[in-house]
Amino acid sequence: MRRTSGGRTVLRSLAGVLAATLVLGVAACGDDGDGEQGGVAQAGPTGVDDGSELTLWTRAPLEKQAKLLVEAYNASHQNKVNLTVVPNDDYVAKVGAAAGSDGLPDLFAADIVYVPNWVEQGLFQDLSSNVAGLSFKDTINKGHLAAGTKDGKEHVLPFVLDLSMLFWNKQLFKDAGLDPEKAPANLAEYAAAAKAVQATRKSGVYGTAAGLNCGGCLVFTWFPSIWASGGEVLSDDGRESKLADENAQQVYRTWADLWKSGAVLPASSGETGPTWTAAFTEGKVGLMFYPATLLSSTPFDVGVAGIPGPDGGASTFVGGDGIGVSKDSKKAAQAWNFLSWMMSDQAQVEVLAKNKDVVSRSDLANNRYAAEDPRLVTINQVAGKGDTPVAMNFQQAFNAPNSPWLTLVRNQVLNGSGDLQKDNEEITAVLQQ
Amino acid sequence: MDVNAPARPPSAPMRGRFRSGRQALLGWLYATPTAVFVVALFLLPLLIVVKMSLSRWPLLTGDQGINAPDNFTKAIDHRFFTDSVVFTVKYTVIATVLLLLLGLGMALLVQESSRWNNLLRASFLVPSALGLASASLLFYVLYSPYASPLAPVVDRLGITFLGSPNAALFSTVFLIVWRYAGFYMVLMLVGLQSIPADVFEAARSDGATRWQTFRRVTLPLLRPTLALTTVLCVTGSLLAFEQFYILTKGGPDNSTITVVQLIYMIAFQGQNDLGVAAALSVLVLAALVLLNALQMRAFRSEGN
Repeated sequence: MRRTSGGRTVLRSLAGVLAATLVLGVAACGDDGDGEQGGVAQAGPTGVDDGSELTLWTRAPLEKQAKLLVEAYNASHQNKVNLTVVPNDDYVAKVGAAAGSDGLPDLFAADIVYVPNWVEQGLFQDLSSNVAGLSFKDTINKGHLAAGTKDGKEHVLPFVLDLSMLFWNKQLFKDAGLDPEKAPANLAEYAAAAKAVQATRKSGVYGTAAGLNCGGCLVFTWFPSIWASGGEVLSDDGRESKLADENAQQVYRTWADLWKSGAVLPASSGETGPTWTAAFTEGKVGLMFYPATLLSSTPFDVGVAGIPGPDGGASTFVGGDGIGVSKDSKKAAQAWNFLSWMMSDQAQVEVLAKNKDVVSRSDLANNRYAAEDPRLVTINQVAGKGDTPVAMNFQQAFNAPNSPWLTLVRNQVLNGSGDLQKDNEEITAVLQQ
Repeated sequence: MDVNAPARPPSAPMRGRFRSGRQALLGWLYATPTAVFVVALFLLPLLIVVKMSLSRWPLLTGDQGINAPDNFTKAIDHRFFTDSVVFTVKYTVIATVLLLLLGLGMALLVQESSRWNNLLRASFLVPSALGLASASLLFYVLYSPYASPLAPVVDRLGITFLGSPNAALFSTVFLIVWRYAGFYMVLMLVGLQSIPADVFEAARSDGATRWQTFRRVTLPLLRPTLALTTVLCVTGSLLAFEQFYILTKGGPDNSTITVVQLIYMIAFQGQNDLGVAAALSVLVLAALVLLNALQMRAFRSEGN
């Protein structure tokens, strides 16, 4: 039995391979013909809406926003976008495998910090002539656009903006005798507030929390503290780390002190990312640096402000995902139709802003939904003061589970050991590879 | 094993009619399905990995041509290479010793068939029905200081499951023992039950104590089983990945990175270099082949 079925399977799979090769061959010939008219540059201002099926990949943390956008697009267009959501940790591997075998979807989003590298590797098609045709080009978020620009040509548009903001639980602030309407103005006040909440000694309630074993979380939440006081994290070319400077040291010292005082959620020390926001969302943490995309899914009354630095100020990490047309897409004109719609007032205001998300066009910052919720105005205002770091080896230097950045932070904050200058040089070494 | 069976025609007819061309052809024909699978599913991937290990092959751009032996030097010079090898060996020793001792102990405990023993056997074996990744996720929640039902107790006692290097190692070993002890118990049980009863009877009538029987009769006759389980356990532990990927991600502070995890990290998490990852895989493969050959030889020579 085994042998017979084995033999048949082999025959069948051989036949399958043969058929697939033929189909591929035919498809390839077909593309050559279409390529001339179907390129993204010739797509026209709004692309083509002819009932094509498009594929779109994104990673799990932005699933909610991606679903809303895709549903709204499918409801109002003949083209149909099929969304695939991939777990955060597997996304790079999946995109990499697809890129190597020329199997990328028509559209795919990428964590904005990976975009410079992926554009450099040629995973996205050049969108510059299409972007130039947009009347509101100058209002599109600069950080995202710059991350996807290579040799002056834009390859990527902002898909979803995710800003890191200071969130505080107003009820817990009240219980701790703090003013629930006033945000801590600098890191020292932040630490004092965390300790005050901790001092209420409520069971299961902690002052603050952070993803202390999650490089990406720490980049997202602590870089703004350095920027807020005028510091820098990287050199302009993204090849040198400045994370041993005075501003950065003050940030580490504040957190080391908080950790030692017991005002940080204990699970933070091992938190690798999947649940780094969970305790706050459940109302068990007084205040923390938190992603603005979660504003709509935080069920209780929270205050929102920019992330302060050691000397005050406010900044934010303009994160989230950029999106572009993949090098393998055969339906670039249709894909551009999705992208141009995505940047329109309709999508930005009636889909994103309505869901309390940040719009990626500054001219729409004061939309009618933002006007109803002053917190959204705050977020949109701080977005202008934020930053997006650009470096080729960002993933390896910061986001990877074994990154030198994680080693530096853990040494400084948790272990009270390690040589700051040496750890910082290790980051620079990786950035320069 | 039975996949290989068609490839080896019974040896007696082979010897007798070896010269007959038709027979040889028939033999090859029988062997073809297996041979095709071996070539397609084992040899070809292996060759691709070897080619990758000799080429510059970034994840996102694919094959960029031969650059041997750069990948091998980069793999060995990697800042986590030594750490990961040391940790993997340490983990393998701990896991193998614990699993084999517990497997044998449990097998001896439930050796006699009775109603209670059947229940015990079943309950020892139940964890084996769970996939390793699912089991790891289960323990991830159990160990989580935040989501675990044990959290209040753990919090009060100030214990951490995954927070320090040693705790993370032993928490993972506990998961592995829980998941695999039943499996090794079954293997040991099969070995124990293949020992003829009259040998034990003879030992007993000679006045041997329990310990003497175990030491001089059971253990020597169990040698083939011990060889099999050791090889399985050592190979499996050296290739440990899922449990650490899910439970610790190599942390805390890069203290629990196994070799396979390092391969994965190099390939997909940051460096994104399939060439270096493939070079490391080839090194691991060579080490495993060598180790298994040595193990087989050790058990065989002692047996003679």
